[in-house]
Amino acid sequence: MTRCNTTDGGSLSFGSRLGLRIAADHSFVVLLALLIALLLAVQIIRPGTVSSGWVSNIVLFAAPLGLLAGAQTLVLLTGGIDLSVASIATAAAYVMATNVEIGVAPALALGLLISILVGLLNGIGIALFRVLPMIMTLGTNLMVMGLLTVYSQIAMAQRSGVPEFLLFLDSTKIGGLVPCSLFVWLPVGAILILGLSRSGFGRSLYAVGDNPKACTIAGIRIWKVLIADYVASGVLSGVAGLLLIGSTNAADLGLANTYLLPSVAAAVIGGTSIFGGRGGYGGTVIGAFILTILESLMTLLNASEPIKQIIYGSVILLIATGYTKLSK
Amino acid sequence: MSPIPNKHRDMLSTDRQVVAVPRNQAILAVVLRYRTAPLLPAVLVALFGLAALIHPSFGAFDVQSLALVALPLALAAVAQTAVVIGGGIDLSVGSLMAVSNVLAARSMQGASLSETCLLAVAVVVVGTACGALNGLIIIASGVPDVVVTLTTGFIWGGVALLILNQPGGGAPEEFVALGAGQLWPWIPNALLLLLAVVFFIWLPISRTRLFLGIYAVGSDRTAAFRSGVDVVRSVAASYAIGGLFCALGGLFLVMTTGIGSPLGSAHYTLSSIAAIVLGGVSLTGGRGQVFGPVLGAYILSFIPAILIFFEIDPNYGEVIQGGLIVGIVMAAGSLKLKGRSIQ
Repeated sequence: MTRCNTTDGGSLSFGSRLGLRIAADHSFVVLLALLIALLLAVQIIRPGTVSSGWVSNIVLFAAPLGLLAGAQTLVLLTGGIDLSVASIATAAAYVMATNVEIGVAPALALGLLISILVGLLNGIGIALFRVLPMIMTLGTNLMVMGLLTVYSQIAMAQRSGVPEFLLFLDSTKIGGLVPCSLFVWLPVGAILILGLSRSGFGRSLYAVGDNPKACTIAGIRIWKVLIADYVASGVLSGVAGLLLIGSTNAADLGLANTYLLPSVAAAVIGGTSIFGGRGGYGGTVIGAFILTILESLMTLLNASEPIKQIIYGSVILLIATGYTKLSK
Repeated sequence: MSPIPNKHRDMLSTDRQVVAVPRNQAILAVVLRYRTAPLLPAVLVALFGLAALIHPSFGAFDVQSLALVALPLALAAVAQTAVVIGGGIDLSVGSLMAVSNVLAARSMQGASLSETCLLAVAVVVVGTACGALNGLIIIASGVPDVVVTLTTGFIWGGVALLILNQPGGGAPEEFVALGAGQLWPWIPNALLLLLAVVFFIWLPISRTRLFLGIYAVGSDRTAAFRSGVDVVRSVAASYAIGGLFCALGGLFLVMTTGIGSPLGSAHYTLSSIAAIVLGGVSLTGGRGQVFGPVLGAYILSFIPAILIFFEIDPNYGEVIQGGLIVGIVMAAGSLKLKGRSIQ
């Protein structure tokens, strides 16, 4: 279905594509307005909440989601989807934490190596064997979680721990205001935003998502682009997992479980089309902030967990619907 | 459909050299069309043989527990089959089962048997409505099915927690015995229930005009629309039928476990996809039958038991499921490429 729609998008006339561009620009303003409206709502419900300390807390909470959603954005742009981001994040963090004995740097490298390998497997299946991205990543997701469960029983005997500097990165603030996770998120975000718009690889991601046939004719080796894309997505997920474990300070198999839906939702809310070829990381960052503020708003309102889930899901559906209607 | 194949046949009959290639092509075509389905009964029998070989006391009790584990998964697989034939995918299968499971367990506790049967019907109606809602949201919003069902799965999960915030509830003993008992040794009720569902619910539904429309929409949406198939109705119906079988799966979970559990059925979403991939249903839609996925569910449920017989960590079962999905779809992908290059 996704493929079929991508080719439809490619056959649009120039005029309607211009219309789409304008609608997309317009919706970015709508997105910012939504973010401000949410901030106002928080301020009205509990006056005095929105302070510099609160904002820096929100940034702290949004950082892992922002990175995971970045991973998701990269693959959504090519018309794919990565349902293994959460399990890659968990695997990287868990393996890192249970291997700190071999030294912090090797443990980190090991965690990232795992995320690269899973990303590579995803890429090979999707690019070379033409497997639907959703199915391929579901399969690797199951494999990673299964292997991790088996591994956790072996690793139980080992001493696990979270390196000091990760704890520092995701739970401290410089001067009580600037969250340290920004030291990871800002450079990664800058690379993503600039890389997507300025680099050849970034542009070919949009091109592959917009019209794969035209890419083949133009001489782009689609399989290379896709494999690199899924590996990049894997690495970003791994980094997100490492940040996440810095904030929870415990190796847990359910570490990033709850982040799968938000990672897709932040990208879709941020205006990245799930059909590929449209969007960018700037919108995704705003999407991640909107979701984080929404969550904190519901906590302010003392909503119970089930109610939170229902409202959260409904808001995502509403915004996604609005986007699809706007851009069609 | 007929003109092009006829033209091909003419070509084949005049040129002997071309005739030699199509034999390979015919085998490939059979593999592409039926995929893994013809192998499944043999695999299942082989697994039974293996189990009997390494575990001499393998008997009626093991068959009974296999049937109990496989029943809900088989229903989840049937639900997923209905949706995938229609060209969609349902990532909310596990949550929908959880909703009907807790709804049944909460309302049936302390009810009489006749009330319970009425409640069971009500639960199935609710499940079907929830499924239909999935389909309607997908059509009305224009948002892709993956995103919609991922999100509604989250929402249904919340609803299930709202109904029952921790495992609990129950059902009358006679109702539980209906699923958990066995009619006579070697023939578990769970197997009979599954056969009843397949023959008396799935087969009649799949023979209707409505379901023909689902096949048509799944295989080519535009062509189906141009031939006068009501696309909106067909998509909604495929998800509603999915919801119906999810609800039945949730009900059977009450029978096999005796309680309702709001979080206990999350894994059925992924396992249902593993079962249909194993069962030879085409993930691009428009193709597939129900027997493959049901056998697939049985094989997937058998794997952890066999691992235990071999004294291997049963958690490898999940790894095997994932590996099967990846391996089979990759093989299908490379075969399809091969098929295209021959043509």
